[in-house]
Amino acid sequence: MMHDGTHGERGPYPERPCAAGGERNALFLERALICPGIPGMDGGERDVSARDGKIVDCAPAGELEPPPDAERIACAGKRLFPSFLDVHTHLRDPGHEYKEDIGSGLAAAARGGFGAVMAMANTVPVNDRAAVTAYMTEKAGRLHPHGPRLYPVGALTVGLAGKELARMGELADAGCVAFSNDGKGIADTEIFRRGMEYAAQWGRIVIDHCEDPAPARDALMNEGAVSGRAGIPGVPTVAEALHVARDILLSEYLDLPVHLAHISCRQSVELLRFAADRGLRVSAETCPHYLLLDDSLLEGFNTAAKVNPPLRSREDVRAVREAVRDGLIGVFATDHAPHAAHEKEQPLDQAPCGMIGLETALPLTYTLVRDGLLSEAAFTRMWHSAPAAVFGIPVNNFAPGDPADFFLFDPDEEWTVCRAAIHSKSLNTPFLGRSLRGRVTAHWLGGRRIV
Amino acid sequence: MSDIRWRHKDLLDTAELSASEITHLLDMAERFDEINARPVKKVPTLRGKGIVLFFAEPSTRTRTSFEIAGKRLSADTYALAASGSSITKGESLRDTALTLQAMAPNIIVIRHFVSGAAAFLAERLSCSVVNAGDGRHAHPTQALLDAFTLRRHWKGDMRGKRLLIVGDVAHSRVARSNVFLWRKFGVSVRVFGPRTLLPPGIRDWPVEVHDNLDEALAGVDAVMALRLQLERQQAGLLPDLSEYARCFCIGMKHLEKAASDAVVLHPGPINRGLEIASDLADSGRSRILDQVAAGVAVRMAVLFTLGMRGDSIQEEPADYKDGLERSRPADQAGYGMNHKSGQPAAGA
Repeated sequence: MMHDGTHGERGPYPERPCAAGGERNALFLERALICPGIPGMDGGERDVSARDGKIVDCAPAGELEPPPDAERIACAGKRLFPSFLDVHTHLRDPGHEYKEDIGSGLAAAARGGFGAVMAMANTVPVNDRAAVTAYMTEKAGRLHPHGPRLYPVGALTVGLAGKELARMGELADAGCVAFSNDGKGIADTEIFRRGMEYAAQWGRIVIDHCEDPAPARDALMNEGAVSGRAGIPGVPTVAEALHVARDILLSEYLDLPVHLAHISCRQSVELLRFAADRGLRVSAETCPHYLLLDDSLLEGFNTAAKVNPPLRSREDVRAVREAVRDGLIGVFATDHAPHAAHEKEQPLDQAPCGMIGLETALPLTYTLVRDGLLSEAAFTRMWHSAPAAVFGIPVNNFAPGDPADFFLFDPDEEWTVCRAAIHSKSLNTPFLGRSLRGRVTAHWLGGRRIV
Repeated sequence: MSDIRWRHKDLLDTAELSASEITHLLDMAERFDEINARPVKKVPTLRGKGIVLFFAEPSTRTRTSFEIAGKRLSADTYALAASGSSITKGESLRDTALTLQAMAPNIIVIRHFVSGAAAFLAERLSCSVVNAGDGRHAHPTQALLDAFTLRRHWKGDMRGKRLLIVGDVAHSRVARSNVFLWRKFGVSVRVFGPRTLLPPGIRDWPVEVHDNLDEALAGVDAVMALRLQLERQQAGLLPDLSEYARCFCIGMKHLEKAASDAVVLHPGPINRGLEIASDLADSGRSRILDQVAAGVAVRMAVLFTLGMRGDSIQEEPADYKDGLERSRPADQAGYGMNHKSGQPAAGA
């Protein structure tokens, strides 16, 4: 990967000089329980010293001398995580600012525990030219100078139409960290293959939205018992798995990495096992809803549960959970996809696909830790070091010089998903009104308290 | 005689009705059918009530049937067709619904091309909603009139009877509403059609799926042919229409395999020579025109029942307990977030 900058000095946008320098001078966190999963951390209580937005030191509790000028924060054994990275969000800006904009989306990210998000290209206009990329990074830097950071994902094809390759050289220079046609599968395997090759020239990886478009035509949900009974047009899991298989074969043939977005079904998982057995550089992500919800939620034509890929059968949910447990799927992502209330309050065929996720993702995925499927270390890896490694995004590992990006998480705090609790502009989530366990109680980015 | 209240605000599908509720509607339809045989076919029961017929999809027979049913009950009916309505001006279904509601009808009858559209209205409106067909999902009054027709033909003795449904089940709201009605009366349902036009998961439905027409027909007491939408061929689901007619059209010769008094039904409008042979459609085995007549009586029963809901009505007692509040199966998957009651599966 060519992207080798360190957080804070070389992001995709220049960091704004700190207006009031004294504000974020020195922090000293006492007796924080740093979760295992960070190299060198054993899960014990540690003190963290930070200055000018960077980690100075991190050592077992009591070993460090608190600097006299530091703001001291007593963590008293609370869980301290390095800020997470969400590799898959839709911030809707430019073009659909009534659903979300860069300001509200990043605010939601901060609340949810994310210090950086990768924003997909299906904006209006599509992020297939440098001007759009520059608009996004500039606005993010202006509205959230201390983070969360926005890392744009460039369009793989012009207009996401799947016909011609986008100008990836120009986009990479402007700050795009990966390329994707997310939102639409690419039917033409030749175009997709050339996209993988050309992206590699700029040190970028392609994220595929695995979906064969033909069987997905007109589909409103997963094809299966529920769609058959309710008479709702469905897309079979095969449509996803076919492109998973294609991408795995291309990855081997071209000897290039590929990242597979939002894996949702058993057949895809079985193909990932094939890829893992061959040692291929195929990484895959899944989202909280594919781990916790199934297509029976659509029985009552619930548009909040309409998402692409669609919620699958119970059997698929089980398979995806096992794939997370076994490490076949190594990355969590939110696929945060805001839509306005009036858009979701339509019959199923007109309601758009997607659900918000930035603020619910941590409590939802933490249920897997509680269920014994994941260690806390693996949980952290899937939201932090694993995606950071795939995309070359700098993150905090509590080593000296790392960005002072971290948050306190209370896994037992209960809260209800409602308008007052959500900072995203939109509320489209099937978890609306539900009580969730686990909450980010404080979040520092670049040493500054954001939440 | 006892004072009863109909527990449903709306009629969205047959699956939500208990056997006794269906029987109640069919019995009432019998009485309305007698009225329909009189010289003066009008009764004053729904005088002063308003019924809006909101048809977002073309329909002649169903809309006319509802309109006649409403008028014979002395209700005021207002027809609203998609072409003349705000749908064509880009108004959302929600806004159309709220606009209709503001006119304070007692009942809205909706036909819509999207599965779930009737439920969408019913959740948002305080008036009663009758589903006159939503997408591929349900068409409860059609299934009720089919039940009315066959119950009469079978002289009320339905248990153990065999019904064969032939054709495009995947896209058929008529088939769905029939399947989930007949199981409540112990009628066994068989299905025969092109595999490309069978819905996913049909093997878990309470039906026998057949690949051979002769076997499917053996001993059945009634055959229901479904209408084939001609666009299925363009969608790549069928080779062509003559192939369909050769393999899936029901003719007189097919009925020889069925029970001696077996009859043929069709929800209409029929494609002669495609789903049903012309001579069969016109024969004494056909109940197609009886279905149309039954449609008016059944829809009168439905409109009467919902229109009088809230008013006290004198009726025969019926067991309204079965079919109360369908309980959802307990969540056994262990991931535990799917249903309203689900909490994050702590330690599950």
